Amino acid sequence: MAERGARLLVVDDNKVNRLLLARSLELQGHSVALAENGLVALEMLRREPFDLLLLDIEMPEMDGLQVLEQLKGDRHLRDLPVIVTSAIEGLDNVVRCIELGAEDYLHKPVNPVLLKARINASLEKKRLRDQQKELVRRFATHEVAQDLDTSGFALGGHRVQATAMFSDIRGFTSIAERLPPEETIELLNTYYTLMFDAISGQGGVVNQMVGDGLMAVFGAPLPLADPCGAAVRAALDMIEMVDLFNREPDRAGKPVIEIGIGIASGSVIAGYTGTQQRATYTCVGDAVNLAARLEAHTKAVGHPVLTDDATRLGLGERCQFESLGEVVMKGKAGPVEVFSLRLGQKFG
Amino acid sequence: MTSPAIDPARYAELQDTAGAEFVAELVDTFLEEAPTMLAELRAARAAADADRFRRAAHSLKSNGHTFGALTLGALARDLELTGMSDDAAQDVARLDALEAEYMRAAAALRALRHG
Repeated sequence: MAERGARLLVVDDNKVNRLLLARSLELQGHSVALAENGLVALEMLRREPFDLLLLDIEMPEMDGLQVLEQLKGDRHLRDLPVIVTSAIEGLDNVVRCIELGAEDYLHKPVNPVLLKARINASLEKKRLRDQQKELVRRFATHEVAQDLDTSGFALGGHRVQATAMFSDIRGFTSIAERLPPEETIELLNTYYTLMFDAISGQGGVVNQMVGDGLMAVFGAPLPLADPCGAAVRAALDMIEMVDLFNREPDRAGKPVIEIGIGIASGSVIAGYTGTQQRATYTCVGDAVNLAARLEAHTKAVGHPVLTDDATRLGLGERCQFESLGEVVMKGKAGPVEVFSLRLGQKFG
Repeated sequence: MTSPAIDPARYAELQDTAGAEFVAELVDTFLEEAPTMLAELRAARAAADADRFRRAAHSLKSNGHTFGALTLGALARDLELTGMSDDAAQDVARLDALEAEYMRAAAALRALRHG
């Protein structure tokens, strides 16, 4: 199937090459702009959008390799597909172009059939990439979108040391039953605003919200020097904020909110998952499961913040915990020692 | 017997893919540009600028191959790959040979263009 017309830029210092390439592309239904060297090309690329660049290597002023280097270092142009067309000889030159990010290499004189196939393949890849980027922009948090922007878009996970946190409102269902629906939603919105502030204030990222619960990650996608410390500080802030919220004068006579928080640390796999319609940044791993179990366990023991041993060890002497002994958790082979975080402490 | 200055099969193929009318215009462009490239080669040799020399030879090679000017392309390729030599007189002789072949190719292209 023919790709519908795209906007292409042809860069070649040789006029015959430039015109011939433009002709081939126009016959394929694309619209073409021309530049006679790398400097002119970069100027045009920074001024108006193009779908693809056809780049010669041997050029005065700024050659093709220098153009590739410049594109690689430019956040806005990094993803522009580049097909190198050159009569330059030697495999090492081809290899250099590919290493510098060129999508493909066509030897001159360019075979029009091959040219068409390569261009359509590159444009299709770009279309998919643009689509994924748009999805992420729409569904991901600010931090995740920024991470993608700086690191380049890549699906697939990587293993990181991180701290996972789960939190929810205790007995929210019974609170909701006593409130008119609009007040329930308003309460949830206020609650979420407070929790987001506390979590992002410590460098964490909220990546899931379900009903009155949320999941947050500390240490991914952006690495943190002290993910355990950040999560524990965020938990203390969250408890304090909820406490202040309950004591606001206009909340007199309204239901009091209590939250439970579970925190666990370890090696997790972080990455982008989802479908065509929705992509999200997520973490999976033992620490994530354990944090969810610990959060559920807060209801059983009446301590608002529970952590695993790894998180406690991450804090060292900076912070006080109380051991609640070993508990058998669903999904864990052996018993897990559970720690309750002492509230109201401040630490550096 | 010398080989034809322009390979008829390659020229016909070019007309096939780009259109005869467009190729006629492209020949005109080449005939306008080529003397500048030849002059550039001589100027680069005179200035002993190896990069410039190689680039100009590269450009002529590429265009030679485009039109099926195989001998011209081969001579230019030879200049591109071996580059400037230490012997200026020998380089000038090679440039003279290149220019003579260009004249032959240009005449053939003019004939094809009007043919």
